[in-house]
Amino acid sequence: MQTLLTFLSSEPIRLLVALVAIMSFVGANAAYLVWVERKGAGRFQRRPGPTEVGWAGLLQPIADAAKLLSKQLIVPPGVDRALFRLAPVLMMPPALMSLAVIPWGESLAARDINVGLLMIFAFGSINVMAIMLGGWSSRNKYAIMSAARVVSQNVAYEIPMLLVVITMILVTGTMNLNEIVRQQAGPFWHWNLFRVWVNPLMPVTFLIFFICMLAETNRAPFDMAEAESELVAGAFTEYSSMGFGVFFMAEYANILLGCALGTVLFLGGWQSPIGLWPGVFWFLLKLYLLVFSVVWIRWTFPRTQFYGLLNLSWKILIPVSLFTLALSAAMMKLLRL
Amino acid sequence: MLVKENLQTGANGRETFVLNLGPQHPATHGVLRVKMEMDGEYVMRAEPVCGYIHRMQEKMGENRTYAQFLPNTSRIDYLSAMNYTHAFVGAVERALKLQIPPRVEFIRVITSELNRISSHLVWWGAFLLDLGGFTPLLYAFDDREKILDLLEGISGARLTYCYYRIGGLYNDVDDEFLEGTRAFVKHMRPRLDMYRDLVTDNIILRKRLEGIGPISAELCRRYGACGPVMRGSGVPYDVRRAEPYSVYPEFDFEIPVFPEGDSMARYRVRMEELEQSLRIIEQALDKLPAGPVMADKVPRVLKLPAGDYCYAVEAARGRFLVRIVSDGKEQAYRVKLRTPCLSNLSLFEEASRGMLLPDALALMGSLDLVIPDIDR
Repeated sequence: MQTLLTFLSSEPIRLLVALVAIMSFVGANAAYLVWVERKGAGRFQRRPGPTEVGWAGLLQPIADAAKLLSKQLIVPPGVDRALFRLAPVLMMPPALMSLAVIPWGESLAARDINVGLLMIFAFGSINVMAIMLGGWSSRNKYAIMSAARVVSQNVAYEIPMLLVVITMILVTGTMNLNEIVRQQAGPFWHWNLFRVWVNPLMPVTFLIFFICMLAETNRAPFDMAEAESELVAGAFTEYSSMGFGVFFMAEYANILLGCALGTVLFLGGWQSPIGLWPGVFWFLLKLYLLVFSVVWIRWTFPRTQFYGLLNLSWKILIPVSLFTLALSAAMMKLLRL
Repeated sequence: MLVKENLQTGANGRETFVLNLGPQHPATHGVLRVKMEMDGEYVMRAEPVCGYIHRMQEKMGENRTYAQFLPNTSRIDYLSAMNYTHAFVGAVERALKLQIPPRVEFIRVITSELNRISSHLVWWGAFLLDLGGFTPLLYAFDDREKILDLLEGISGARLTYCYYRIGGLYNDVDDEFLEGTRAFVKHMRPRLDMYRDLVTDNIILRKRLEGIGPISAELCRRYGACGPVMRGSGVPYDVRRAEPYSVYPEFDFEIPVFPEGDSMARYRVRMEELEQSLRIIEQALDKLPAGPVMADKVPRVLKLPAGDYCYAVEAARGRFLVRIVSDGKEQAYRVKLRTPCLSNLSLFEEASRGMLLPDALALMGSLDLVIPDIDR
């Protein structure tokens, strides 16, 4: 018995369990966020959404997956075959890897490492490369235009995002995500979002983070990669079957990651808003509230123009986030926080 | 990966490529093909290729009797069928010098304006779809559904109405229709306010439309553009006012004109027209006279006296004119259908030059093209 417990708590097994848990969590979420998206869209548009397959359409994602899997994976003639196949494969792992450092609960993190935040941003840009490769290798004019858009969009939004994150590192003094959450213990005004005594512009910082997160995950109103009415399906135009499905799953995995990061950095992670009973429940609640607002925004606003998007980043978000960074630094120096 | 044969040297000396927008593309809303010469995302030249659904409507008008051709007119611009049949029956009635009972004309105005509202609602939804906003479409269709139900009740059709007959109407309107129309007008006003708050005043939408795709009055004149496109360029030309037909002179309504000429101006013209149409419907319902719904002495066999007859209406997309040249036989010698969308599309090539692809598509959406109306 003792040996079994030791074996189960040994590092390789722990890692395996964590990995399987994260993969199934992401898989289930990617499938069911599609359901949430469709159901939410239905409600916003005064219609019921999926209802036929299963109770309230709950089996719809499974039916969709079965359909996608049974479709032929078409590799059009003339594409760069290796890159065309590699692109969907490259989409998924970065999001999965990054989720490994997210602290779901006090002691519930696959890897509680001290540079968790750094790791997330190190992996964060790989999926951009995957979309670019997908667009480039498709040999389709719409796809290549979309690929070019995605790269410039992500370069533009990486900067304010990182500036916001640097502000957070400055305020919290650590890159360990669990430590960041631990600092926000207590009622909700202890959350980083309301830490206005360090930086009066903290809610603005959160807003910038949220906008950048939308842009980095290519969600409406910044869905330049897909831009259905302009570029048909953008970088994914030539993809069929599960190749297309993986791009979609990765989009939801990235939304999940972005919202999880927002929860950890600003909304107190697994801390309870009333200071009692902290736990994984609170984390999931906050996470899904953010996910819901992402869905909400998508079904409310029209798409921005491409140059409007770049102007927003370079002319507004970067100066403002630089200002909040400088302000936090100055406040901390002056008030010796 | 662009292969070499796709590349060519454009007018600016840079390498350009040809992008085929359509005939199946989400933004063209039908089988329109636009051959675009692109420099990156910039449109160097956009050449509309028409004719994918050309159905020889004019020729059909020449080998059918007038009564037989009447339903065809509702298939030209299927979104404003009432207005189009109005033009055709108007031309025939003018040739036969028929005295149309006033009740007929009032009901024609009510149904035409209802049809204009439903057409503008479809445009509004589809235009927002072009701009990447999906939700307004379903709100618009929700409202439009009410109009379709009303018109179905009196005409039996939901889209391609053939409610007007030469000399009158298919049948009289019932109380259900009148009550329903009043209720619809009452329902629609707050909805228009909501649309303004939710969509028109949205900063993203305004940035996408304001100053985008300017069309000058001069450009409109050269290409014969009409309807909201022209009124969005500051030309106060509306057939209902300029060449009055039916009983429109009896109503008090405004012709919305915006001088900016950008996509936003065209958008605002149509949104204002929704309100003006509601006003006309209200007045027409109040003034609706009693009487027959068919003129006396409509000949069983329609033979137009030899001559050249025209009748123009303000359809949802602009001036629609039917010209019938008769040589005294049962069938017309020549039928000419002057449709607004063809001339509105014609200016796209010149207006879109040098624009970015998304802006060019916003411009195209603001022209409100119906493809069967272009090809007819």
